[in-house]
Amino acid sequence: MTEWLLDGLLVAALLATAVAALLSRDLFRAVVVFIAFGLLMAVAWVRLEAPDIALAEAAIGGGLTGVLLLDAVSHLGSKWPREGRQRGGKQ
Amino acid sequence: MTSSLLYALAGTLLCGIGLFGMLWLSHLLRKLLAFNIMGSGVFLVLVGLPQNQGGPDPVPQALVLTGIVVAIAATALAVVLIRRYYHLSGLTTLDEEPAFREGGPE
Amino acid sequence: MIRVVRLLILAVACLALTAALAASIWAIAGNPSPVNLPQLLSENLDRSGVEHPVTAVLLNFRSYDTLLEIGVLVIAGIAGISMAKTASLEDPELRTSDALLYALQRWFIPLMLVLAGYLLWAGADRPGGAFQAGAVLAATGVLMRLGGVPMEFLRPGLLLRLGLALGFMVFLLVAVASAIGGDAFLAYPPGMAKILIVVIESVLTLSIAMVLLALFVSAPVNDAEDPEEGSPS
Repeated sequence: MTEWLLDGLLVAALLATAVAALLSRDLFRAVVVFIAFGLLMAVAWVRLEAPDIALAEAAIGGGLTGVLLLDAVSHLGSKWPREGRQRGGKQ
Repeated sequence: MTSSLLYALAGTLLCGIGLFGMLWLSHLLRKLLAFNIMGSGVFLVLVGLPQNQGGPDPVPQALVLTGIVVAIAATALAVVLIRRYYHLSGLTTLDEEPAFREGGPE
Repeated sequence: MIRVVRLLILAVACLALTAALAASIWAIAGNPSPVNLPQLLSENLDRSGVEHPVTAVLLNFRSYDTLLEIGVLVIAGIAGISMAKTASLEDPELRTSDALLYALQRWFIPLMLVLAGYLLWAGADRPGGAFQAGAVLAATGVLMRLGGVPMEFLRPGLLLRLGLALGFMVFLLVAVASAIGGDAFLAYPPGMAKILIVVIESVLTLSIAMVLLALFVSAPVNDAEDPEEGSPS
């Protein structure tokens, strides 16, 4: 019974974080929620008795994806690219 | 019904959510997030469905493991392309509207 | 108004697809599977050279998938590097030199390197292996880059290219060698499976880490001019 409760809660949290990552108004917040989604996926893999995937997902979903996407958000959101359009036209 | 099947069904829901996000959202990074969520749903179905009857099945687990690594490589390549596209055009969407300044740490 | 109609159509279409998927999964789950893969695998595990079933599948029974996967990764890495808008992949201006991060990573980087080595070694009989070790190694590289440790090997010279291609080359070499030797493509010679798997896993770890790290460092875009073709970097 407890296991079903745990599985149900985990699935509900997965779906909630997925929806929140897509619908969040703030892009930075969306990426942070997506990192949480990746870590919940790692827990889900443990529940599915797949420790190999859980290890990979924790390292990739929690670490690498987060750094990549946060880096991209800070680049895309913070400043207009200098002379972006002229550059695009020139080349 | 076992808990593996529950995860497989959750995987289909994640697929649906991801597909909707891919089609509806216009910001490219959000499309990328939706793409990743859709991929996670597929992985859950791939592992959850065969494990419904027996115990843990290493064959789909190994295939999903390669799938996850390919997915992160695809995501990283997409980020490179999106940043280059933004640098050249100043747009964060594929539509021809000017980029609305969304998100980012204010 | 058009936006609302589009939203409704999309939502209905996605819901219909999800329902169809769930129904088919429910139907498949009711039927018994025709082959018992886990049993088949455990019966043949002795012949694979490793004790951990996932590693056995990845590097022996379905090593063709792994070979193609590292090929895909190398192509992605090459595409990422050729998209790079920086003159050199290792640009000191792009490093965020943070004193706290620098102090922290002096503790973390050796630990993470040891962890990557352990994961690689553990793959023989416990959860672990080339993919997890490669991911941890790539994360170590990302941390080093963010903390401002100079990384000379990331200049797009010989060392980077060799590191990117090494895993794929060694894997392909083993596959072709066994094919030339009269055996099937990718069949390890009897008795050498264990040592070959360890060698392939080590180079795969290195290559996966290099691909992910190269994709990470080629993401930033600055105003540097395109590097001249063939210019020393």
